Amino acid sequence: MIYRRVFDYPWRFRGMLDEFERMRQMMDRLVTETEGAFPIARAGVFPLVNLTENKDNFFIRAELPGVEKDDLEISATSNSVSISGERKIPQEEEGARYHRREREAGRFSRIITLGAEIQPDKVEAGLKNGVLTVTIPKAEIAKPKQITVK
Amino acid sequence: MANAQTKALKTKEKQEVMTPAEQTRPGAVFTPSVDIFETEQKITILADMPGVKADDLNIDLRDNTLTLLGEIAPVEGPDEEDVLIEYETGKYFRQFTLSEVIDQEKIDAQLKNGVLRLTLPKVEKATPKKILVKAE
Repeated sequence: MIYRRVFDYPWRFRGMLDEFERMRQMMDRLVTETEGAFPIARAGVFPLVNLTENKDNFFIRAELPGVEKDDLEISATSNSVSISGERKIPQEEEGARYHRREREAGRFSRIITLGAEIQPDKVEAGLKNGVLTVTIPKAEIAKPKQITVK
Repeated sequence: MANAQTKALKTKEKQEVMTPAEQTRPGAVFTPSVDIFETEQKITILADMPGVKADDLNIDLRDNTLTLLGEIAPVEGPDEEDVLIEYETGKYFRQFTLSEVIDQEKIDAQLKNGVLRLTLPKVEKATPKKILVKAE
């Protein structure tokens, strides 16, 4: 109850403190709620990718609906893979009236740096149902070795 | 148009479907992006549904409501571990109300590279009939 001694207007000040406390609680709630809702960290560069790994390979997957395999360019260095290309949306017939236009066309380019050395000459890529999967074999040196305890 | 073709693509978050009722089956449900255009003869819908196989796609038209439902099979191997996850996968669901009368027999659906192309031909307009009022 220190504020009573500091300020001459205890009643009004108490109201203000309550108000601040309420605000703080609301901010706390906002922060905790938002944290749960957006658990995913994104680079914000198209296309969004999912990177997974197993013992021998890295896998990069990206959703690229409507992208032809000839419009896609993939290259690899010793520790990164670059995906670039263009999504084309062909012109529809004359006289078509659009109700909705949500799909977008454009160029894209992205470089994904991997946490370990890879074999760039053995990278394979497949495009199926609009989902790109790049299989990237890890370099021998980067593969985990089983060590037996003697 | 040429300008639009070469612009850089921006990332677009997948839109999760917000329904008042809860889904009976677990898993995320997303709204596919669509283009819809119309000519004198037909309505065409293009929908982005990456990862959906032709067998897993359900298209239903009844009472002027068109329902698109695409199911997704997991693509990841069993021994894979996530390193970086930027997008989630799940079902695709979207409904449209069609005001025109559609010739159900001639609906055509094609799925290519994860894009559905749905052609809905309109019913030939019946010639206006003149109604005679009979006087008693």
